Amino acid sequence: MRYATPASAKEAAGMLSKEKGAAFLLAGGTDLLVKLKMGMVEPDLVVDIKRIPKIDQIQTSAKGFVIGAAVSGSMIGQHKGLRAAWPGVVEAANLIGSDQIQGRATLVGNLCNASPAADSVPAMIAAGAKAVIVGPQKKRTVPVEKVVQGPGKTCLGKGEVIEAITLPKPEARTGDAYLRFIPRTEMDIAVVGVAISLKLERGIVKKAKVALGAVAPTAVVVPGAARALVGSKLDEAALEKLAAACSAACNPIDDKRGTVEYRIRVAGVLAKRAAKIAFQRAGGAL
Amino acid sequence: MGHDQKYIDKKNYEVVGTRFNRPDGIDKVTGKARYGADASAPGQLVGRVLRSPHAHASIVKINVSKAEKLPGVKAIITSADLPDLTGQDQGLADILENCMARGRALYDGHAVAAVAAVDEQTAAKALKLIDVKYKKLPHVTDVDAAMCESAPVIHDRIITRGIEPKPTKPSNIAARTQMGHGDVEAGFAEADVVIEKSYKTEQTHQGYIEPHACLASVNPDGTAELWVTTQGHFVFRNVCASLLGLDIAKLKVTSSEIGGGFGGKTHVWVEPVALALSRKANRPVKLVMGRDEVFRATGPTSSTSIDVKMGAKKDGTITAAVAEMRYQGGAFPGNWAMLGCMTAFACYDIKNNESIGWDVVVNRPKVAAYRAPSAPMAAFAVESTIDELAKEIGMAPIDMRLKNVAREGTLAPYGPTYGPIGIEHTLKAVKDHPHMRAKLKKNQGRGVACGFWFNIGGQTCTDLNIGVDGTVNLTLGTVDVGGSRSSMAMIAAEELGIPYEQVRANIADTTSLGHNDMTEGSRGTFSSGMATVFAARDAIGVLKQRAAKMWGITEEDVIWENGQAIATGDSHGNLPPLSLKEIAAKAGRTGGPIAGHNEVVADGAGMGFASHICDVEVDPETGRSTIIRYTVVQDAGKAINPDYVEGQFQGGATQGIGWALNEEYIYGDDGCLQNPGFLDYRIPVCSDLPFIDTQILEVPNPLHPYGIRGVGETSIVPPLAAVGNAIANATGVRMSHAPMSPPRVLAAIDTLEHAS
Repeated sequence: MRYATPASAKEAAGMLSKEKGAAFLLAGGTDLLVKLKMGMVEPDLVVDIKRIPKIDQIQTSAKGFVIGAAVSGSMIGQHKGLRAAWPGVVEAANLIGSDQIQGRATLVGNLCNASPAADSVPAMIAAGAKAVIVGPQKKRTVPVEKVVQGPGKTCLGKGEVIEAITLPKPEARTGDAYLRFIPRTEMDIAVVGVAISLKLERGIVKKAKVALGAVAPTAVVVPGAARALVGSKLDEAALEKLAAACSAACNPIDDKRGTVEYRIRVAGVLAKRAAKIAFQRAGGAL
Repeated sequence: MGHDQKYIDKKNYEVVGTRFNRPDGIDKVTGKARYGADASAPGQLVGRVLRSPHAHASIVKINVSKAEKLPGVKAIITSADLPDLTGQDQGLADILENCMARGRALYDGHAVAAVAAVDEQTAAKALKLIDVKYKKLPHVTDVDAAMCESAPVIHDRIITRGIEPKPTKPSNIAARTQMGHGDVEAGFAEADVVIEKSYKTEQTHQGYIEPHACLASVNPDGTAELWVTTQGHFVFRNVCASLLGLDIAKLKVTSSEIGGGFGGKTHVWVEPVALALSRKANRPVKLVMGRDEVFRATGPTSSTSIDVKMGAKKDGTITAAVAEMRYQGGAFPGNWAMLGCMTAFACYDIKNNESIGWDVVVNRPKVAAYRAPSAPMAAFAVESTIDELAKEIGMAPIDMRLKNVAREGTLAPYGPTYGPIGIEHTLKAVKDHPHMRAKLKKNQGRGVACGFWFNIGGQTCTDLNIGVDGTVNLTLGTVDVGGSRSSMAMIAAEELGIPYEQVRANIADTTSLGHNDMTEGSRGTFSSGMATVFAARDAIGVLKQRAAKMWGITEEDVIWENGQAIATGDSHGNLPPLSLKEIAAKAGRTGGPIAGHNEVVADGAGMGFASHICDVEVDPETGRSTIIRYTVVQDAGKAINPDYVEGQFQGGATQGIGWALNEEYIYGDDGCLQNPGFLDYRIPVCSDLPFIDTQILEVPNPLHPYGIRGVGETSIVPPLAAVGNAIANATGVRMSHAPMSPPRVLAAIDTLEHAS
């Protein structure tokens, strides 16, 4: 196994594209090291991106935020600007693992691991996050919901590296929230995850985006759930419609973490709760 | 030397009952403590085990030739390298077969071969190069399914014991047990209310954080050493010596610090394998299990299926109780259902009671003890049913328990008549506890449950050596799994009349002390505590002799008080007392080193009883339960070190709550374990629990000088039922399947809502 520390994302992309054996990118390593120890992967090349300048920084501009691929969960949790702008995304990122894991785990890693149950992914989708992808030749930007294509599968071509996640500057009176169901209080994998972001105008939901996790092979955007909210003051009828739309959008599996029936049911329950939090964060009164 | 084990009813303890920092504390918090995986030897190899991916399969052929050719591989063993030396001892033969499959893999994770290589990577590679040809066989993992006529029979040799006439055909039912007294039919006829319910509990693991690990070294001359994490190195020595054909005295076993055992480190798994690898490679071999191996192939507790029928009069008197309990013991027979029968109704004085147990084998790992093994499941069924009875009659559950509680003189369902016991005391303390008056909010409920566990005594051997400066080495043979070194040092200090800090307790290796039984059955403090008292008294006898010699008076005129020899009698009244230090300093000139010693089969272990209170909040939309308050009240006999006693109460309650809420082995249709890791086998994390409140009661055990009862196990017995009763109180739903995980609770709430 060889270990490399490129000085730029482009150099990393070049290394990955030229490698004939099994190559893996290392950022926080909270997924890769576990897989290594369990014997699930046997890399020929590990490309550590942490030495790339600015890759461990959060940059703020008039357009929004650029979160480098090596920014850890705890750095996100301590960033006042991000917390104020996208509390749902910050919450989701901070739910991953333990304090120790938070010191290393990254948003990009969570995305590229492509687990259906990734906590930060629905939250990023609801917030309109985009992935900045650097390839050996060109750079492209892709909405987060287009990155994951199936369990363990992403849209990244050979040699492509996600350099950063961008989040827009939220419009006025926007609120987002992420809730997940786990049997314990922490250090667990979502059985169901629900992210909602919405914008209010005169106390009425003007725009909304709803994304579910752990209920299908990839995170699911639910336009019907968003429509249930738009035009409402989050009254009981709207919440019921939201829950029904979320439950209907589920395509889960029965596994050791939950049954199909349970996931469908709890997706609706959490959607209602998350909507209320997002609504209040947007300045709405319940 | 004979010593009096009667309770001495000492009122003014100096050391016992106070709180001290643990002697192993600094090492443990600074990371210096040496656990099973922390030993190394020159030239050591890495051992790894190849395990069956099938629930049940014939091993047609094992081809190791490719693996053997891999550079760095020093030995590969299969069952052929562990020849059967067990003679007619079927129990030992089962242990051997469990350590290494013999022609057939009996469960997912069963060891089929092992490798010793120069490093981890080589060992891992070698495992992949071993070619095992399996022929899959039909499997069964569920206890009820295994009892069906149509179930695949796992062992042709198993003919059910305890049935007359003896069955002619083999089955998966290893044994039937029955016990109890009175006439249950007559009892039910007397009852105004009869409740009959069936329960299921899933298989759980002890969940100790330290995996099994050892360092083995065997020499060609038949001498050998084993460093190992274990609850009983003397027993490990005897078992390993038998399995490998070694002389007991030539196998030196040293117990490491232990990172949790809870019964799960009473059994050998990798140790004979590591010894056999070392014997073949002629090099030391270190073998450390991975977490998945611990889950798949060590000794979790039984899953069960239990039917309970209980009848009561309107005044709350329970007139009859019957339990039929089915326990799976994994791929080999055990006596787990028998233990369930013995404990099921032990908290109560029930005139007519009957317990029937079925010990069943299935294609799962061989069950080992887990903290009060078998009792929590029986208590879940019985204590849940008692709450249902109380509800039906309209009586407070606590009052119903008090109405029927067992006392001194009650005939226990398993035979003996109780001496002084503390169950009534714990129930009364619960009734008076402020917890019972704490306000409950919406969706919250409260449950109470009782629990019983035996304690055992057994073989114990202890040395006490006094240094020239008057400090004391206490040498123990019972592995310290719960802080017993500190408790034993406190007992020695108390008995000798010296400060605690003057005593250092140590666990000896097997060549340094006589045989000691396992630290199991809550026996450590009871039995080693007794041997320590006796060894200290032995030493006091020597100290008095030496003092007499120093004074030139007769020994009869010397008494021992407050850590010093005092000359008595008119003629010696003016002699100043001699302290232990002063006598020790002169030991070289008065007869040599001063020591005390004791070996004993500690009889008269007391019984452990507890009552728990649990408050839970249930989310009616997700079925998720949160424990909001929890109180343990238990009779400790005498709490030597109250910190440790409280720790045991809290630890047992925590494990029981984990079992009650989320912990379970999940097997797929293929008979393979789906959650062999802490991510999906959910033990509680700190934030899942409130601070667990404790109350120690002390009803002395009359057959221990200090009144000690074991305290380690009883605390895991009530929680399943306490949580279940609290959930029933919060939601109106009676959960009959543990763990009471969110999907199960939500489904039960739905069923109730549809019914109403």
